[in-house]
Amino acid sequence: MSFALIFEQLLNGVQLGVMLFLLAAGLTLVLGIMNMVNLAHGSLYMIGAYFAISVGQWSGSYLLGVAAALVGTLLVGMLVEVVALRTLYQRDHLDQVLATFGLILFFNELIAILFGRFALFASLPSYLQGHIELFSGIRYPLYRAVMIGVGLLTAVLLWYVVTRTRLGMLIRAGASNRTMVSALGVNIRLLYTMVFGFGAALAGLAGLMAGQIYTVQPGMGELILIQVFVVIVIGGIGSVRGALVGALIVGIVDTMGRAFLKPILETVISAAAANTAGPALSSMLIYLLMALVLALRPAGLFPARGG
Amino acid sequence: MTEPLLDVSDLRKSFGALRACDGISFDVAPGETHAVIGPNGAGKTTFIGQLAGNLRPDSGRILFAGENITALPAPKRARKGLARSFQITSVYLEFTALQNVALAIQAHAGHSFRFWRDARRDPALVDPARKVLEEVGLGARTDVLAANLAHGEQRQLEVAMALATRPRLLLLDEPMAGMGAEESQRMIALLSSLKGRQTIILVEHDMDAVFRLADRISVLVYGRVIATGAPAAVRANPEVRAAYLGEEA
Amino acid sequence: MALNARVVFWILLVSVLAALPPVATLLGEAFYIDLVRRIMIFAIAAISLNLILGYGGMVSFGHAAYLGVGGYAVAIFGFYGIDDGFLQWGTAIGASALVALAIGAVSIRTSGIYFIMITLAFTQMLYYLGISIEEYGGDDGIRIKTRSQFPLIDLGDGLQFYYLVLVLMLGAVYLTHRIVNSRFGMVLRAAKSNEARSRAIGFSPYLYRLAAFVIAGAMGGLAGALLANHTNYLTPDIMHWTRSGEIMFMVILGGMGTSAGPVLGSFALLLLEDILANWRDPRWIGEHWQVILGPLLVLAVLFFRRGLAGLFERRRD
Repeated sequence: MSFALIFEQLLNGVQLGVMLFLLAAGLTLVLGIMNMVNLAHGSLYMIGAYFAISVGQWSGSYLLGVAAALVGTLLVGMLVEVVALRTLYQRDHLDQVLATFGLILFFNELIAILFGRFALFASLPSYLQGHIELFSGIRYPLYRAVMIGVGLLTAVLLWYVVTRTRLGMLIRAGASNRTMVSALGVNIRLLYTMVFGFGAALAGLAGLMAGQIYTVQPGMGELILIQVFVVIVIGGIGSVRGALVGALIVGIVDTMGRAFLKPILETVISAAAANTAGPALSSMLIYLLMALVLALRPAGLFPARGG
Repeated sequence: MTEPLLDVSDLRKSFGALRACDGISFDVAPGETHAVIGPNGAGKTTFIGQLAGNLRPDSGRILFAGENITALPAPKRARKGLARSFQITSVYLEFTALQNVALAIQAHAGHSFRFWRDARRDPALVDPARKVLEEVGLGARTDVLAANLAHGEQRQLEVAMALATRPRLLLLDEPMAGMGAEESQRMIALLSSLKGRQTIILVEHDMDAVFRLADRISVLVYGRVIATGAPAAVRANPEVRAAYLGEEA
Repeated sequence: MALNARVVFWILLVSVLAALPPVATLLGEAFYIDLVRRIMIFAIAAISLNLILGYGGMVSFGHAAYLGVGGYAVAIFGFYGIDDGFLQWGTAIGASALVALAIGAVSIRTSGIYFIMITLAFTQMLYYLGISIEEYGGDDGIRIKTRSQFPLIDLGDGLQFYYLVLVLMLGAVYLTHRIVNSRFGMVLRAAKSNEARSRAIGFSPYLYRLAAFVIAGAMGGLAGALLANHTNYLTPDIMHWTRSGEIMFMVILGGMGTSAGPVLGSFALLLLEDILANWRDPRWIGEHWQVILGPLLVLAVLFFRRGLAGLFERRRD
């Protein structure tokens, strides 16, 4: 276990964490502001990946694919909000879960009809291939480094928008007092639609980047969505800061666990036993972490307001 | 004077910079009806929350029948004999009046890890529940869903649920709230029928009711008790008149 | 009057289900015996979920976990050549009760969105655990060579198995009916109806909720053991999160907090799935039936909230 390997896996953990953050940020805002559980958030991630790949291949331009994914998920997100989800804000969480579950079935199958059930693979433009040398002897894939950069940049932008702009002020005020914001003459429905579309575009951003390193297939959204839930539970509902910290913790713990738990166990128990226990334990690690956080801090690490 | 049933000393609770409860001392003698009045924002809700066990005081002490209950959660206080009604009607809307009261009796009849016998036909629960409903004047409404009761009846039902537990102390949070004149009169009659045999803390805006029912009155302003005493004395207290009755009357 | 309607409903249902195997055999459609047996097994899972969801108000999005634990209890014993049914099913029920105890102990301390996400996450953990253990087939699953062995009953015989499942399903309905009307059940339902009121009259809901959660888990484990015997084959997909969602839909479509609801809902959902999946004209519906089912479910949530039982029996207790 060299330092270089550990460092590389650490970066991979941060990269996964950044992906989780992009998904968690939109979802936690919708949870915190509209008090709405949206299981179909993972579908927007999937749609982002498919937009990027299909438009990218059709036009031959990677950047056009990126733009299509961002705009596409924004529009699909707003459309879904207006058509289906808007009526659910007033319903209880059970109805929201069930209805968005129905949406997931629809979207997954729709993608299967349009693109087939098999995994798609995306190619990278030449300028994103290759490695960068971080410092002497430690090389890291350029694309993953770019992902980390984009993710962290988005986090900073998001923090700025939510805490420093008028839009962010309205969003936060809308969360605590709907009637007051409407009384100010702000169209709260439009505000919600925008927040939702914005969260969808963040999911799309994660999806378009994911296409290059994970398999792109129907149902890809839900696998990561449940990890995103773990992130939100750990970070605290409605808190963007919590989403970032939770995402990095989950990304790093999960990646490091998969990489190093087995070799570590081998030093303690037999190789055969470690062979079984290693993968089993590492796949459970983030959930056990969630249980631990809940036991110590039931409202997550960064509880956003009471209730 | 006998030892008080409830003895609150120097209770404090702040929310940020707001001192909702700023050193309240308060006691209730057995059998007494002690009313708490005060303008809106005086800290009545916070005070009651701490008595019932829904809010934890920052400091101070609450003794109930000589026992320190300051740190006990609400269900345990209830089982020790501290029953309450809520300012906003709080009953089980999808149960009948009888089931509502039977549940209150069940809560004080040992543990409920009994999985088989039909509780709806359990005479140990249903018979006393029926009796309490008759006592509060809902004898004809036993099988009506609580959701279908009139507002005043729901408030009566709440009192019935509190009484059903045979509490040592009844904590009534604005029992007359939202009632019409006729309903109020019925509630006042019900409460005065309890006077003497039931110890009551009555938080109420309806001054007519308070002066008719209370043995003693405490006036709460800005988280402090500015006066405690017999109704006549409180009515005459200049500080009270200035702070409270002046604006209300 | 209402009671009579209910009795008539159950007599009718039991008669139809009891008469189904001979009639289906006579018509040469023995396939239906298999289908209905599967539906009744899921009905048991839905009944158990209804106990905590419909009566307890706990939106558990992880009920497939107990199907999985129950199923794997049978499969793993079978893997080591132990076919004794009492041991297998006893372990299935006991182990899923323990898992429910662990998950419930953590999740019931929370509520609302947290509760939903946590139950979902723990079930996903078990799903990944199933995938990662290669001994028992991992992703590919594990074959169950012999069905659980019982004295007097031969589960290898499709009919005997069918009637056993029918009896167990009715037993689950009756057990739940007793529980929800007992003192315990009243506390559970009261805490759902108005938690603040419950606490004020002296109930601490946590332990009651946890106990209900464990009972539901145990019942779910039994359904899992039955399902493993039914399919003779077990993959981690039994614990897939969509399975939890399906079981939830069975309860909702049938009608939450009613005795008949979960049974009606299981039939409605699984028959609908079966009809859609076997649709041949046009062919794409059969292949991509979920694209139809999804929006149908959304519409059901928006406009058919009281469920099928709401059509049959008035909601009163």
